[in-house]
Amino acid sequence: MVVVNALVQGILLGGLFAMAALGLSIAFGVLRVVNLAHGEIMTVGAYIAAIGLSWAGLNVWVSMLIVVPVLGFVGYWVQRLLLQRALRISELAPLLVTFGIAIIIPNVLIELFTTNKQQIATGGLAVRSIQVVEGVSIGVLPLITMIVAVALIAATQLFLARTRTGRYMRAAADDSETLRLMGVDHRRLYALAMALAFGIAAFAGIFLGMRQGGVTPFDGHLAVLFAFEAVIIGGLGSLWGTLAGGIVLGVAQTLAGVVSPELPLLVGNLVFLAVLMFRPAGIVRSKVVV
Amino acid sequence: MSPEAADAVRVDRYRRRMTVTQIVGAAIIVALAFAPYVFEPAVTSSWIKLFYLITLATVWNLLAGYAGMVSVGQQAYIGLGAYGIFVFNDLGLDPYSSALVASVAIGIIAFALSFVAFRLRGGYFAIGTWVIAEAVRQIVVRFDSLGAGRGRSISDYTSDPVMRNLFTYWLALGILAATLIATLFLLRSRMGIALQSIRDNEVAARALGIHVARTKRIVFVIAGIGAGLAGSVICLQAIGVQSPSQIFSVSYSAFMVFMVLIGGIGTIEGPIIGAVIYYVMDLYFSQMGLWYLVVLGALAIAVTLFFPRGIWGALSARYNLAVFPIGHRVVAVAPGAGVRGERRMAMAAGTGK
Amino acid sequence: MALLEAHDIDARYGDVRAVTDVSLTLDQGELLALVGANGAGKSTLLRVLAGAHRPFSGTVAYQGEDVTRLRDFERNRRGICLVPEGRRLFASLTVRENLLVGGGSQRSGRWDLGTVTDALPVLAPLLDRNASQLSGGQQQAVAIGRALMSNPEVLLLDEVSLGLAPIVIDELYASLAPVRETGLGIVLVEQDLERTLAVADRIVCMLEGEAVLAGTPATLTHEQITDAYFGHAIALHGGTGDDAAAAGSGGGRW
Repeated sequence: MVVVNALVQGILLGGLFAMAALGLSIAFGVLRVVNLAHGEIMTVGAYIAAIGLSWAGLNVWVSMLIVVPVLGFVGYWVQRLLLQRALRISELAPLLVTFGIAIIIPNVLIELFTTNKQQIATGGLAVRSIQVVEGVSIGVLPLITMIVAVALIAATQLFLARTRTGRYMRAAADDSETLRLMGVDHRRLYALAMALAFGIAAFAGIFLGMRQGGVTPFDGHLAVLFAFEAVIIGGLGSLWGTLAGGIVLGVAQTLAGVVSPELPLLVGNLVFLAVLMFRPAGIVRSKVVV
Repeated sequence: MSPEAADAVRVDRYRRRMTVTQIVGAAIIVALAFAPYVFEPAVTSSWIKLFYLITLATVWNLLAGYAGMVSVGQQAYIGLGAYGIFVFNDLGLDPYSSALVASVAIGIIAFALSFVAFRLRGGYFAIGTWVIAEAVRQIVVRFDSLGAGRGRSISDYTSDPVMRNLFTYWLALGILAATLIATLFLLRSRMGIALQSIRDNEVAARALGIHVARTKRIVFVIAGIGAGLAGSVICLQAIGVQSPSQIFSVSYSAFMVFMVLIGGIGTIEGPIIGAVIYYVMDLYFSQMGLWYLVVLGALAIAVTLFFPRGIWGALSARYNLAVFPIGHRVVAVAPGAGVRGERRMAMAAGTGK
Repeated sequence: MALLEAHDIDARYGDVRAVTDVSLTLDQGELLALVGANGAGKSTLLRVLAGAHRPFSGTVAYQGEDVTRLRDFERNRRGICLVPEGRRLFASLTVRENLLVGGGSQRSGRWDLGTVTDALPVLAPLLDRNASQLSGGQQQAVAIGRALMSNPEVLLLDEVSLGLAPIVIDELYASLAPVRETGLGIVLVEQDLERTLAVADRIVCMLEGEAVLAGTPATLTHEQITDAYFGHAIALHGGTGDDAAAAGSGGGRW
């Protein structure tokens, strides 16, 4: 029963990983930029929520309404002012820029807020759970996270499939040079994609913070690796695959946690490396773009 | 290519300059080797850091600047180099031999890991190396004999601090010299040309019959060994490892990126200059605490965007400088060679500069 | 006033010159064909006209306005559209979506999804197919239709018939005829000399980046064109290369 419980928790944890991975996938799919600072954007989102809570008493859910657009705005201008320029210089340049950001953010956060965890209280939501059978219970927050993750992926798919901007984003993923020849301003399109990626990252960061009861400057490094692992395990180019990848990673971690509390991260990483070695295209084969 | 064009030019590999470089380089290394007899021990032991920084910058540049592989996971090998000392020291070797034996082991490990890392390319390669570094750290801390999560100090070590510093100094210098020599010869070899063509266009390089994966793998292994040796030196100088999360810290990758970008990526001279700059900055600004890292990150971004060739890249482009002769120059031998031929040769030379 | 006017275009890739001192004009309703061997600089010239390649020197004027510094998407919005070499369809999009993306400039005019599928009837049954599942001829039809969706005044067609069966090429050219009647100017790069002579109003021959011969199909002899086309080989093996070079270095306007 312990194993079944761990399995259930792992599946739900996968929802969080998939949510974290979504922004990474969008940025890579549309711009071919791997944002090494993706986890740090999540952290910043969670910090803003935590500060909103402690300074202004802002409810976490309300603060999302502020955090997501703010980080989206930041993403738009990071793309236009920094990454767009980097894209013109070389393939390595955008990577180095995002790595620079990934180094700056946690250190600024430590200097400003110390290494202490900034609390994100959810009014007991994080500990509330529904008992399914004896020994197996489902946490309310992880369940909500999973539902939101699925909804978010579905919404992103719809956006990409049905809207004009989404169509341009898929076209840019195929061939951005030709897209420009069709009269589409790639800079604005890229910036919109990055705004979307940052906004979703911040959103996922708040959910991560709620789960952990708060946020520390070190969470970003871990989060970007989890997000990336979910993307690769699921298979590049498939958002639903990313959800599957997140679930595999989540289950691997929670099952390892049953054996020893020190093992989850290592086992998660080893599962990722094994998938990379033996199924490099990911566990889900799909033709869906982004 | 028309036959007369081939007769009319010869390829200059800067052979004379290579000889000069070898003599001057050897002289500098010998001078540095004797420096401890001239200067105070405190002075020379402070150079150890500079030596391993140059080593780190040089091998990272080999990876990213020449082979196009941005790794943010080289701390895996730094950590392994440090912990390798404990492993082989416990087996009865002295710490210095342990460093050398460990570097061989690290080469084998890097070779094995390349098969995982090479499943990914570009940005995902970068993040993949980071995961590998994390996994390596998480495995290392599973061993209680290596101090688990607490770090460890070298148990069997020369007790005389002067001798200890001296040996570490020579080891660091030797590693630096070996790294630079290996880099120079590697880039002058056929592989150097292969590397540059891979960097310029991997698909085209493959079509030309260059063994892309093999060439990249060799560089990956060399970079791992170099970082491992640097890690050993770091461990020897500190007589141990304070904590695994420090020796396996991604900050090391940040330092390497910074040094190489500032100095000039894709040049041999650049990382050396970058390492010196970082070394000096570190002397004066490291008490700024973490703001120091923030400044490094910001500078790295600024250089990438506004000064992408770095200091040496800009200088050498402006004044046509090259300390290390790794290029190829096509020289017209007979006057009156066909105009068309020259134009073609200019194309060919363009990829080898 | 010419619809499109390129003056002294010099285009390079790094140190390599692809186009040297080429000038040309295109009038409304005119079909100008660029002919020449592979590597003669035709595609580069088209890319310069479309704004996809920034020339080293020279100017491009469109409807009397200097557009040299305008980017590719800005030129498309003003009515210059390139059908690139290799068709370059958006492989993961359907044909319909490809066409809709072509309308990205949001220029209004006669062309929309309905009129384009009328003009290129081959597209009608393919609209919901994925672009990656099409044959070469179908892809080329989509690429042309996609360009028409932007309601261009100038259509730049690169290597329309490359790799296609003759019967497919016939169909494509047949469907281009009514498009020409709408009065837009076309610059065509085509390897097939016979076909070029049949459709072009004027011809410019390019050799090693230079425009070495120009005229109308009526005034040019077949021999003149093949000489210009193969000038390279002649220059290497005989003494006539000087003549070709002299014609080219004039860099005159055509």
